[in-house]
Amino acid sequence: MLSDVGVSSLDELLRVPDAIALKEPLAVPPGLPEIELQRTMGAYAARNDATKYTSFLGAGAYRHYIPPVVPAIAMRGEFLTAYTPYQAEVSQGYLQAIYEWQSYICVLTGLELANASVYDGATALAEAAIMAVNATGRRAILVSPAVHPNYRAVLKTYARGLDLTVDELPFPWGLGTGAEGTTDFSALEAQLADERYAAVVAQSPNFFGCIDVPAAAARAAIERTGTVLIGVVAEAMSLGVLSPPGEWGAHIAVGEAQSFGNPVAYGGPYVGFIAANKEHMRRIPGRLVGRTVDGSGKLAYTLTLQAREQHIRREKATSNICTNQAHCALCATIYLAAVGASGLRRCATLNVERAHALAERVTRVPGFSRRFVSPVFNELAIRVPQGTTAKAVLAALQEREILGGVELGRWYPQLADSILMTATELTTDAEIETLATALGSIAKEPHVVRA
Amino acid sequence: MSAPELETELRNRFEPGANEPLIFELGHPGRANAYFPNGRAIEEFLPASALRPDLPLPDNSELEVVRHYTRLSQRNFSIDTGFYPLGSCTMKYNPRVNDAMANLPGFRDLHPFAPDELAQGALAVMYDLERYLASIFGMAQFSLNPAAGAHAELAALLIAKAYFTKRGEGAKRTTVIVPDTAHGTNPASAAMVGYKVVSLRSDARGRVSVEDIKAVVGDDTAVCMMTNPNTLGLFEDHIVEIAEAVHAAGGLMYYDGANANALMGNARPGDMGFDLMHLNTHKTFSIPHGGGGAGHGPVGVAAHLVEYLPTPVVVKEGERYALEFDRPLSIGPMRSFWSNFAHAVRGLTYIRANGGDGLTKVSQLAVLNANYVRVKVREFLETPFDEICRHEFVASAQELKRETGVRALDIAKALLDHGFHAPTMYFPLLVPECLMIEPTETESKETLDAFVAALRAIVEQAKSDPETVLAAPVTTVVGRVDETRAARNPDLRWSPPA
Repeated sequence: MLSDVGVSSLDELLRVPDAIALKEPLAVPPGLPEIELQRTMGAYAARNDATKYTSFLGAGAYRHYIPPVVPAIAMRGEFLTAYTPYQAEVSQGYLQAIYEWQSYICVLTGLELANASVYDGATALAEAAIMAVNATGRRAILVSPAVHPNYRAVLKTYARGLDLTVDELPFPWGLGTGAEGTTDFSALEAQLADERYAAVVAQSPNFFGCIDVPAAAARAAIERTGTVLIGVVAEAMSLGVLSPPGEWGAHIAVGEAQSFGNPVAYGGPYVGFIAANKEHMRRIPGRLVGRTVDGSGKLAYTLTLQAREQHIRREKATSNICTNQAHCALCATIYLAAVGASGLRRCATLNVERAHALAERVTRVPGFSRRFVSPVFNELAIRVPQGTTAKAVLAALQEREILGGVELGRWYPQLADSILMTATELTTDAEIETLATALGSIAKEPHVVRA
Repeated sequence: MSAPELETELRNRFEPGANEPLIFELGHPGRANAYFPNGRAIEEFLPASALRPDLPLPDNSELEVVRHYTRLSQRNFSIDTGFYPLGSCTMKYNPRVNDAMANLPGFRDLHPFAPDELAQGALAVMYDLERYLASIFGMAQFSLNPAAGAHAELAALLIAKAYFTKRGEGAKRTTVIVPDTAHGTNPASAAMVGYKVVSLRSDARGRVSVEDIKAVVGDDTAVCMMTNPNTLGLFEDHIVEIAEAVHAAGGLMYYDGANANALMGNARPGDMGFDLMHLNTHKTFSIPHGGGGAGHGPVGVAAHLVEYLPTPVVVKEGERYALEFDRPLSIGPMRSFWSNFAHAVRGLTYIRANGGDGLTKVSQLAVLNANYVRVKVREFLETPFDEICRHEFVASAQELKRETGVRALDIAKALLDHGFHAPTMYFPLLVPECLMIEPTETESKETLDAFVAALRAIVEQAKSDPETVLAAPVTTVVGRVDETRAARNPDLRWSPPA
């Protein structure tokens, strides 16, 4: 092949100016045959003891049952090793699957259209905020503090790029127990009066697990001022039973669909969704699959409305997004097809039932109580006994090989006494009992109480 | 079912190339699979006002689901089914061992909020991958936070903005220089950080010239975004002087890593003078593209920009790894959690499988394969920049179009009938009727010869029988798709029957 090319060596093909020629070989150890490779990588995997612990972790990443049929089909090479379906004629299968994903997301969110996915829930929110800014010409966003803290942080990262302002709604934290755990939308009319805000962002179930949707008066103020209501759903499983964002007034719904057939995988890849009313069709970022016909009139699918996108419009595109999360969306689509409407409703109901069982059992342990009283989906804030902290209790649980939940003080100093605990359909009565028993004995340990 | 209905049903299901019904058209109530135990009703737990009124979606038997999505899988071109010479996309073989490692329960089932001390293996994966990438590309440090290449570009430009703001130059440095060979994401990312894009024309050699750079840089320059080799497959041989000119004006150099497959063990962006870069791990490091994601886009920086990297960063203290969030100058997080971690596992698996020598060989063979195809293709198609290329090259069908009416698009569609995926078309924009071909290192000489033979046959047929080429593809499940209709009458979803 070298002689075909007309050179005598590989070095001749790869000549670079002397100034930048590599001085030494790459600092990467020698290659491994596959048997040794598996041992090496297996050793890394073996050092993640958290996977062996009893876990009540959630907070935006959820451990759900994944029927084996999902990876079995999704990992077929024809799906896994395809590129973005630019050549529609040889990508009909993937295009149809994405069209089905878009349809599922529309039905689940109660909105009119959905894109082919974005990176994750947080980036979906940031992109939706930009949609609202472009739709209204306003440059500020008003966000509930009960929107996932990581989503709000990412929104701020994007907002700094475009010099947007991000403000927060009031939230009645209450003292001790008894607060509702929902956003205070009561002053919304006054806050929106000067039509400064492009969007109001609400999340339900919110970060504390509580169902938290704006009431009719707040929605009326949003409509009257031409503000965009962005509804965030960080736990897509909730859409199996809860009233969807389209029903509670959202013009754009964004969220995380990891719960549908994608493992927690230490944070990614996950799959964000953006659904919206038709008025936002030409502002939605990322890929859209449409149904059309071929030259002979036969039904066919294709990427469409590409005039929004970076490879056509360059700096005038609605977003820079190129790669999205097609394969994660495919897993979600196969998951939704396999569980069906009945299975999704059943699974979502089990989540609610398990969370209630968790709440009921843990609050029977002396000193532990619910921090907020509103109805929850599958997670809840639990207040630890006075005189200790969530951090100390979680550390003591960890010694017993239990991951009791997420320490809310990490983001909310006023909630340093509370743990966000999650139960899903995989949480057993025995696990809840183990947790409750451990909490009971920990509460009596002097070093934890003094912490 | 009546006899005509039955006939339609059978035709729809079994005729070769028949439409596959939507999943929503297949299901029937009562065909739920037994995944979940029965239990109490939702109304026992939550008020009716909080509940959705209905969920108009089908139930499907698992067998129907398996058949439906298996049939859909068969209606796709993929690396596993054929040669995929898509320029700038690096469609190399995706070793299955990568997926097997990513799917180990110790990785797959690890929750992102697991305490650091119980996730040491995962943190070590991220740390080691980061260190290898830094050494392969000559950067001080990478962050594995961004989810894809374009996302990493955005992160890099946010870093640039934060850096200039810190230096008190934020208001003055408002422009980003982007050559006409750049990927579309470059200007789109610049716009998302409020930068004004200055486009730069390539010179007659298909490269950025030092004179042209000197003419456009100034104290308004924030960043110059380049890829090397560029999208014509050509090495920017004046890169050192270009970087000096940009630096002299106070700007930063950004390296678009989409074409990094040409570079490993050969030259390093850090040594060329780049301050910022991204990688598409899903290109260079063999992570499957998955039909358009998930990707994996590490962003790398030189020493003076390390403090601005997105959070969290994996740090090593003694033998202990930790996620570090408290970094005051950081641009903040780019996404919900730390990284597309399963892809970090795949990337590290690939690096350890190949080793330093193997990665060097990867780039050498990628360049050899591209040049081999180039010298064969130039026997029957124009190659506007007729010199040794790197991992990809461009051919042009301009002359053929003038002669026969057959365009690059038609050649691409005809290739589908020959069992090959089309090259990237009409990009970069400066080459008319452009076909951009990147064979990658994992293809055999036999495959490359078969591809060249198919391309040659198409060009010859264009001259003798253009109508046949213009009608392609004819062997695919659908013919050329009516994209105008798709855009004019958008049909973007199925709706439940009213």
